[in-house]
Amino acid sequence: MKIQVLGPGCAKCFALMNHVRIAVAALNLPVEIEKVEDIKEIMKFRIMSTPALAVDGQVKFAGRVASSNEIKEILSQCLVK
Amino acid sequence: METIRLSLNSFYKFAGSFFYVPNWLKTALAAIIWYVVYKNLNVLSKWLTYDLLGFTLGSHLGSAIEFFIFEVPKVLMLLIIVVYGVGVVRTFFTPERTRNLLSGKRESLGNILAAMLGIVTPFCSCSAVPLFIGFIKSGVPIGVTFSFLIAAPMINEVAIVLLFSLFGIKVTAIYVFTGLLIAILTGWIIGHLHMEKYIEDWVNEVEAPLESDSSLLINWQDRLQAGRDAVKEIVKKVWFYIVLGIAVGAGIHGYVPTGMMAGILGKNSWWSVPLAVLIGVPMYSNAAGIVPIAQALLEKGASLGSVLAFMMSVIGLSLPEIIILRNVLKMPLILTFVGVLTIGIILVGYLFNLIF
Repeated sequence: MKIQVLGPGCAKCFALMNHVRIAVAALNLPVEIEKVEDIKEIMKFRIMSTPALAVDGQVKFAGRVASSNEIKEILSQCLVK
Repeated sequence: METIRLSLNSFYKFAGSFFYVPNWLKTALAAIIWYVVYKNLNVLSKWLTYDLLGFTLGSHLGSAIEFFIFEVPKVLMLLIIVVYGVGVVRTFFTPERTRNLLSGKRESLGNILAAMLGIVTPFCSCSAVPLFIGFIKSGVPIGVTFSFLIAAPMINEVAIVLLFSLFGIKVTAIYVFTGLLIAILTGWIIGHLHMEKYIEDWVNEVEAPLESDSSLLINWQDRLQAGRDAVKEIVKKVWFYIVLGIAVGAGIHGYVPTGMMAGILGKNSWWSVPLAVLIGVPMYSNAAGIVPIAQALLEKGASLGSVLAFMMSVIGLSLPEIIILRNVLKMPLILTFVGVLTIGIILVGYLFNLIF
């Protein structure tokens, strides 16, 4: 599983990064979280607002800071598949 | 600490299972408490300043402190309610939906619509690039896109709350109306300069952003939650600037002699408006810090035109946003954008010095 946090590095992006870390730790997942800050790379995900979360290259949400609980749910759904 | 917190949490859960209070009831209760406190703030601040703390009525320090004790909770309370409302309303206006509304619109009408949607669409300056590309790629004209990008940061809920509570309804309406006008006209002008070739080349190769259905909230519970999240996020971000701004404002209010600013930012010196804008453009502060200071300057003799121009240039034109936009705009377009916007703000300043 590959987790990417997309955002150029504003306060909201850092907040999302933290929530993702908390979720990953809670689920005990042995994965690395990549932070994508380059705007050209971010645009390849075809989103219109940041911060966003992508799991295995698929955008899960964009333009908001989801709670760590919501991220936990998203990640466990991805695990089941 | 951790154990205390955990035991508190389980206590709340335990208590909660006995006294289940539905969310709507909590909201209603909060609204009632809010109203009662807000209506009595004036009395409360007078009582605190003169009875409890014992300052003399009419003294410099007394009036500064009364001003501070009255304004801080007033502004914060208004902010909470407005940010909550705006947070809920914004769940109806995602950037993707705004883009769909704007794509294929004609110039003039599109500029007007874009400026107004700029107020209600959630926007943060770090999202400026994806938003710009999303708009351009789905056929929103460049001028219409700029109308949006100018209105979105300039007219925001924090600015409106501070303007309303410190300046009153009239100045707030003037600010919003002229802000919209500047956004519409600047966008229209940029559109007619046909500067599409000054968009960075890499943008051509990017594929148009997709709909992101996950950002569309589904039910009312989510929308109300978004309102609460907005309150937490924005109040956490700006409360300190508000307290600081009002403290400086209170100091000016209590100590600076009336009429002192008339010479520098007054009506009669032709250079006061450009000077205000020149100081304002490189300054980067959110509305929370700048509006209370602007209000105090107005009170001490600065003219309304200069103060408006100052606020607009600080809030509407920010260096970080310009730097971020440089990723997608070549230098001539950046300079045109900043130039036209600056001239627009200066003209508005002169206009209001002429009228009032």
